[in-house]
Amino acid sequence: MIISRLAARPIPLLTGLLIALILPWMIYPPVALDIACWALFAAAVDLLLGFTGLLPFGHAAFWGGSAYVTGLIALHAGLPFPVAVLGGAAAAALLAVPIGYLSARLRGIYFAMVTLAFAQVVYFVANQWRGLTGGENGLQGIPRDLFGIDLSDPFFFYYAGLPFVLAGLLAAWRVVRSPFGRVLVAVRDNPARAQALGYPVARYKLLAFVLSAGLSGLAGGLFAIGHGFASLDEVYWTTSGQVVMMVVLGGIGTLWGGAFGAALIVELNDYLATAGFQEIGLVTGTIFVIIVLVFRRGVWGTVRDALRARAARAVPAPGPDPGTPHDETPGTPTAPADEVPTRPAR
Amino acid sequence: MGTPVPEPPILTARSLVKDFRGFRAVDGVDLDVAEGAVHALVGPNGAGKTTLFHLLTGFHRPSAGRIHVGGRDLTGKSPERVARHGVARSFQITSLFAQMTAREHLELALQAGTTLGWRFWRSDRALRRFADRSLELLEQVGLAAHADDPAGALAYGRKRALELALALALDPRVLLLDEPTAGMGAEDVDRTVELIQRVRAGRTVVMVEHNMNVVATLADRVTVLQAGRVLAEGGYAEVRRDPRVISAYLGDAHAAH
Repeated sequence: MIISRLAARPIPLLTGLLIALILPWMIYPPVALDIACWALFAAAVDLLLGFTGLLPFGHAAFWGGSAYVTGLIALHAGLPFPVAVLGGAAAAALLAVPIGYLSARLRGIYFAMVTLAFAQVVYFVANQWRGLTGGENGLQGIPRDLFGIDLSDPFFFYYAGLPFVLAGLLAAWRVVRSPFGRVLVAVRDNPARAQALGYPVARYKLLAFVLSAGLSGLAGGLFAIGHGFASLDEVYWTTSGQVVMMVVLGGIGTLWGGAFGAALIVELNDYLATAGFQEIGLVTGTIFVIIVLVFRRGVWGTVRDALRARAARAVPAPGPDPGTPHDETPGTPTAPADEVPTRPAR
Repeated sequence: MGTPVPEPPILTARSLVKDFRGFRAVDGVDLDVAEGAVHALVGPNGAGKTTLFHLLTGFHRPSAGRIHVGGRDLTGKSPERVARHGVARSFQITSLFAQMTAREHLELALQAGTTLGWRFWRSDRALRRFADRSLELLEQVGLAAHADDPAGALAYGRKRALELALALALDPRVLLLDEPTAGMGAEDVDRTVELIQRVRAGRTVVMVEHNMNVVATLADRVTVLQAGRVLAEGGYAEVRRDPRVISAYLGDAHAAH
């Protein structure tokens, strides 16, 4: 069913797959893997930001937490890297249960602040528990074992890791286009109404949070295996900020847009660092401001809306039911329509 | 509309109080709504009608007092718990999901009674199982031709109709309607009155309503609120003769008849 649905729009799908497949030929392979990992991370964050209406500012806890757990499994258990990565993702999802339980009932800036606070706790633990995490040195020498296959070349490892990223993106897409995803959009656009229909809004947000954390963990674990180490950078708050920036650059609520943001930021960081430029934040910050001002709905969001508008002008698309008016307004921004206080379930 | 044969109340509120930072919006309200009745809440602006609605549906937690529906204590329960206990409400200010079509609204409402909403691994095509019932409900409120219109693009009267259909989709025992005819033209008002008359069968309806003609037509019983208290209660004819009510609120409407 998934396949037939995706195949309904073959051109963007095949283009995306093609780019994913040729990426390590085009750019430095380790950078290609970074882009893939960050793209998945961004999609996971967009699940909350774009489809649930929550701004998470502590997702470094799940990306970085999984990086450490993945590294520890690979280092100490000697298991193949896919097992380690899945273990890291599961750990991230588990960690998200208490954090999500305590934060998902909050809204707007309060949610962002509380998730940031929890992420800082995770950072603190990772920094202090040197015996386990290596403190400032991080976890070094994480192996990339896959039944004895030599994956030391980043070019080949990219192809070993890509299926996990694609599976993660597919999972995110499935969540968005599921009965659950429908409820999430309702929760985002009008939580009071969703409650009045009988939906336990706080619990739906919690499940969305856990799923998002699990996918973030998948990305973070793969990132750690790809680099061969897990460092404090992975759990630092700038990581939480960077992924939100990627989502905004690509377009909130587009799911795939984050991949554009990821490619832009990772490639730019790499380019500037290689060129010996020191003030990377200055450049990425400026570009961020420009893009946000020029593309109000992010790069992908703006392009998508333009393409849809053009397609709608060119050929009147056949509606799902012939004879019914088909005046879909693509991507109209939703106004928060709740005039009623929402109360979290106790 | 005479006073109906007394039925045991399906909804009762006892000594209900709601304080907002020193302002008492609802001040010791007792309410008994008979099963199967249409019970109207009327009163001037600021009388506490909408606050009472929020209390009855869990959107506000009462400062004091108790609420029972069908013998079960729902005091302080969350809105979703109240809804799942068979109490559905509409909103005074139209409260829809701007990007969803009318059909998707009803699918969402019908899904609320199932566990399908948790299945994040399924395709949203699973919602098609509610397609027939959705269309039935849309037909009932006269929106069948607009099933695939986004709610944000519907005309005002149609939004109100969709609002009502959403509450009906939950097949509630108690239906709370917050000003169902607010802002409507005469034609839409008539259609809504007719619709409420049709859907009240087998249900209890509590409505806040300003239009006294609508109250006169529909309500078996009327509770008049003023400044957060019950001023009078009875059949419409009885209440409109009450001198306190006439002086407080109904004076103009009474004279207009």
